[in-house]
This record gives sequence, C-alpha cells and structure tokens, in this order.
Amino acid sequence: MAPTSKIKIVVAKPGLDGHDRGAKLLARIFAEAGMEVIYTGLRQTPEMIVETALQEDADVVGMSSLSGVHNYFFPRVVQLLHQKGLSDVLVVGGGIIPTEDVEFLKKAGVAEIFGPGTRTTDIVGFIQKSVRSRS
Amino acid sequence: MFDEKELEKIRAAKEKWDQGAVQKATARSPERKPVFTSISGMPVERLYTAEDVAGMEYTRDLGFPGEFPFTRGVQPTMYRGRFWTMRQYAGFGNARESNERYRYLLEQGQTGLSVAFDLPTQAGYDSDHALSMGEVGKVGVAIDSLDDMRVLFDRIPLDKVTTSMTINAPATVLLAMYLAIAEEQGVSFDKVGGTIQNDILKEIICRGQYIYPPKPSMRLTVDLIDFCYKQVPKWNTISISGYHIREAGSTAAQEMAFTIADGIAYVQACVERGLAVDSFGPRLSFFFNAFTNVLEEVAKFRAGRRYWARVMKERFASNDARSMMMRYHVQTGGVTLTAQQPLNNIVRVALQAYAASLGGCQSLHTNSYDEALCLPTQDAVTVALRTQQVVAEESGSTDTIDPLAGCYFVEAMTDKIEAEIDAYIKKIDAMGGTLTAIDQGFIQKEIQNSAYRFQKEIESNERVYVGINKYTMEESPPTNLLRVDMTVGEVQVAKLRKFRAERDQSKWKNALDQLRAISQTTENVMPAVIEAVKARATVGEICDVWRDIYGEYRPKEFV
Repeated sequence: MAPTSKIKIVVAKPGLDGHDRGAKLLARIFAEAGMEVIYTGLRQTPEMIVETALQEDADVVGMSSLSGVHNYFFPRVVQLLHQKGLSDVLVVGGGIIPTEDVEFLKKAGVAEIFGPGTRTTDIVGFIQKSVRSRS
Repeated sequence: MFDEKELEKIRAAKEKWDQGAVQKATARSPERKPVFTSISGMPVERLYTAEDVAGMEYTRDLGFPGEFPFTRGVQPTMYRGRFWTMRQYAGFGNARESNERYRYLLEQGQTGLSVAFDLPTQAGYDSDHALSMGEVGKVGVAIDSLDDMRVLFDRIPLDKVTTSMTINAPATVLLAMYLAIAEEQGVSFDKVGGTIQNDILKEIICRGQYIYPPKPSMRLTVDLIDFCYKQVPKWNTISISGYHIREAGSTAAQEMAFTIADGIAYVQACVERGLAVDSFGPRLSFFFNAFTNVLEEVAKFRAGRRYWARVMKERFASNDARSMMMRYHVQTGGVTLTAQQPLNNIVRVALQAYAASLGGCQSLHTNSYDEALCLPTQDAVTVALRTQQVVAEESGSTDTIDPLAGCYFVEAMTDKIEAEIDAYIKKIDAMGGTLTAIDQGFIQKEIQNSAYRFQKEIESNERVYVGINKYTMEESPPTNLLRVDMTVGEVQVAKLRKFRAERDQSKWKNALDQLRAISQTTENVMPAVIEAVKARATVGEICDVWRDIYGEYRPKEFV
C-alpha cells in the first residue's frame, strides 16, 4: 500500500463466542488511529472473514476469541487467505489465549497475539509498523 | 433522620473544618489527585456526614429486612437464618466429565448447582452443525439430547439440589429436558427447584447468544414463565441479568438501570399476555456482578432492591411483597481478573464476595483466579469456593443484617445510584420502552462508551490497576492450565448420530410436527417441547422448528 493511504482492517469475531467488548473497543481505537475499520459482528466462519477481507481489500485481519476456539479458527483464516492469494494480509489475534498456544499460532502464520491487559496503543503501533514494513 | 438544628451545627462545623484543618493539611501536602471517583466514574467526596443523607426518611427509604422497600434485604433474618447458596458455575467437555465436577463440588460443601452449557447448545445448534466446529464442549458442557441430560445429573437427586441453568434462547428446551429427567427420577414438577436464565434481552444487548428476533423470543420467554408458575412453582422462571452488561463495560449504576429496564419489559410482556402480576412476580429473579470497589457495589445492590420494589408496587400495582423482592445471584467480576500475576485475583474475588455478602445476595459464584488464562482448573475452583466460605464463616459480615446501612457514604451513594437508575428508566420510557431503546442501540452505546472511558483511564494511568499499569513485573508463563480434550467434539458427534439413528422415527416426527403446529398458534409451547424431548428430538432440531417459523435475529452493529 502507498504510505499515505489508510490502513484497512477487518475486526472479526470468529465462531459462536459473544464476548465482543474487546473487539468493539479496538474497532473504535483503530478508527481513532486513522484506520478504516470493518467490524464483522458475531458468528463469523473463517470463510466469511476471508470473504470480507477480499471484498474490502483489507490490509489487516484482527480476530478476537474468548471461547477457546483460536487454535481452530486463526490458522484456518490464514490458510484461506493464502488460498485466495491474500498472503500479504497481516493477521493478528487476541482474547483468552494460553501462552502455550501462542507459538503454535505464530507458526501457523498469525503475526501477533495480544492477551488481556495489553495496551491498545501497543496494538495500534504493532499494526502500523507491520503494515508499513510489508508495503 | 436529623433535626434541622443539629444539621445546621454539622454544616457550620464542616465548613470550619474545611477551611481550617483541611486547608492546612492540603497546603502542606496536596491530596493524591484533584478528583476522586469510584471505578464507575462516580465522584467521591472527601467526607460524608449526616448532611448528605438529610433527605432520608428511615421507614420510607430503608424499612426492615423482608419488608418493603427491601433496601435492607429480602428476608427477615438474612444470613443469620442461613448463608447464601454457594453456587459455582461449572461445566465443560461431555456430560460425564461435568457430572463428576458437580459431584466433586457438592462433596466440597457447595449447596447448589450451576450448569454452564457450551456455545452450540446456547445458540441452539447440535454438535454436528457447521457452526459448532471447534466449539463443542469448550466453554461448557455439550448437551444435544435427553441422553446427555440424563448423564449430566446421574446420581444427583433433583429434589435435593437446586440447579441454575445459564441458557436463554433455547431455555424452554433445556428446561423441558431437566423436567423430563426429574420425572424419570420419580421427582414431581412441584418438588423441582432452581433457576433458568431465560433472559433474551441481555443476549441481544451484549452477550450474543440469541437465535430469534426479539418478539418471538419474548413469546418463548413468557411461555416458560407462564408454564412454570403453574406447574413448577419452586422454579425461578427468569434470571434478569446485569452481570453481562457490566462485563461488557457498563458502570455499576448502568448495570442496575438496564437490568431493571429489561425486567420492566418482561413484566410488561407477561401482563400483556394476561397474567396477573402477582401470579408470576414472585418467581422472577436477578443476576448481578460484583466488582472490587466494595462500597459502590453495596450501594448498587441496595439501590436496585429499593427501585425494583417501587417499580413492582407503583408501576405494576403489585400487592404481594414476594413480587416486589429483588432476589438475586451474584458472580464476581470476570472482567476484573488479570492474566498478569494471576494469584492477585484471589484477593479481588475475596473483596467482591465480601461486597456481595454485605449487599445481601441470595446466591454467589466466586470466580477462579486463573480465568483470564483458561477455563478454571480444579485447584483454582476449590480456592474460589473456599473464598466464599471464608467470607461466610469468618468475616462477620453474615452476623448482622445490612451492616452498612446508616453509613453516610453508603446511603448517599445508594441514593445517587437510585437517581441514576431512575433517570435511565425515564429516558428509556420516553424512547418507547426497552425494546425500542435496544433497537436504536441506545443501551449498547451507553455500555460501549463506559468501556471506552475505562480503557482510556487505565492507559493514561489515571486509574491504577495492579499488575497492569502499576506494580508490574516479569513473569514466567503460567503452567498447569486446563485444556479441554480436543476429541470431545468427535465423540459427541458420534454419540449424537447413534442417538438419532436409534430413536422411534415416527414418534419423533409426530412430536416435532405437533410442536410446529402449536408454535404457530398462541398456545403455550412448553408441553409440546417436553413431549418433543421425550420423543428424542435434539436441541438443534427443536430450535430449527422455530428458526423456520420465526426467522433468525440479525443484529445491527453499533460500534
């Protein structure tokens, strides 16, 4: 992407989990940080999330999961993005994710996992830096 | 409470103190911050005196425990009679594993059960549905059929324990299964006690486990309430929940206000059905959060009790004290727990449990310290249960009723929260009621704004959170986390397929046809649901009948 254009981020809630406080809060914080935000709402399948990323020509997909399904959903989204030729999309995640799963998720192509207590400024900073270095 | 002369003296003395001692002290060293606020952002003054409660009339505003307006509690003897019910929310994996945890908890002195269902069950999907992928048995127990329910309550006599079930959109189905199992155990409906959440409005506001649009959802809610007060008289037919509203970011006063707004909508719906307010009113119950700011929580509970009593009496013309009582369960604040230095959470939970006891709860769940990391391990659950046992047995909070009454600060805060509740209820009424306020996103946006304000306070270090923005330290990653067996889903699906193959197909089909027919009339669906579960229809199949008829709810997102 051109350095002056806005970062476009899809904020998604995969699966049946209804805990959307963090996702909605971050959607607002990302918008304030100058990003263009598409919030998917709840009950998204990996296919739906990737379709949104494709339609919106997103730079980033951010997923939040607090129901323990991250090991299934996050890698699946990365895999589908690759299949659609969207390998340059940055994938990040957050929620209740045990430390021992973080390495597995990173190996599967998730760039970073943000757990409870993370400063939103750190998340914004990470995304801005990563997207810039990819472009 | 005080005569005018005495108040005048207090006023004068306070002014003198303000300008004298306080001025001198603050000139020497200023206070820690210019403005003090509660965790909900409510201003907190340096000192409260009789002046702050000058408008209080004891018999009108406080009264006596077990009597209107119930500010001081809903029972005449409160915990001097018996402690609150100790009820830990639990369930994971399959019905067998969950049954083992329930029996363990009962052996440890827990006095009631609380069933956590997995998300597919809560969303009304069978374990083999596409949307159930990865979710089966994760955050609760997977229940597809009557067979699962039978295993879940194996060797647990349903006339001896009370059970709380966190289930909302498919509440009628899970209650039908519970009643069918009671019947199998030889326990008649009138001996069965417990609570079903059955609160769809807060699912739409903030919890996300909805299925149908608000109107048909409300029909199912009212059907359950209507059926139970007649047939299952010891059952709490709804648990009107502020817990999740608070978890989603609301303040204490908003938690109480929006819960009461939901409560008003349910009572209104029952009255519109033609039910007399004092027929179903005594079986309504509530569910709240407890955060670490003890005094604010106590004020919230007292304000809520008083306001609800007035709503039932004045707005709905109730004549039965039992309908006016706000009886409630409390769970300590999940969102207050930190993944950092998790043992600190034990202290938070202890203070929250203390707040719940000083506030007069009827039952209590104390969270486990590892819940910001994973599902609670057995050791952590045991500490959590012991925490409330320490509060009950050792803290002394249970020896006298409503011990903080008359505390200037707590009474002033109680009044202030009640005024805030009243302002919200008036605003929501003016908008056209709770359903309209939800449809317009008003309640959702108020909650989100509070969540945003809180996050900003933490990140600007305006508010201290131990282990997050102060007293932080390097830690090694936690070990011994509970993991749900990844094969739970496969085993559950295999069991479900076998169950479907082995049932009497014509009996099953007839029962579902019957349910479909009744659901299209205004007749109560509960008897048909009970027949359907007995004819071995699954949770997903029954919910699909209503998906066909009522359609599915698609929320507007308010970000």
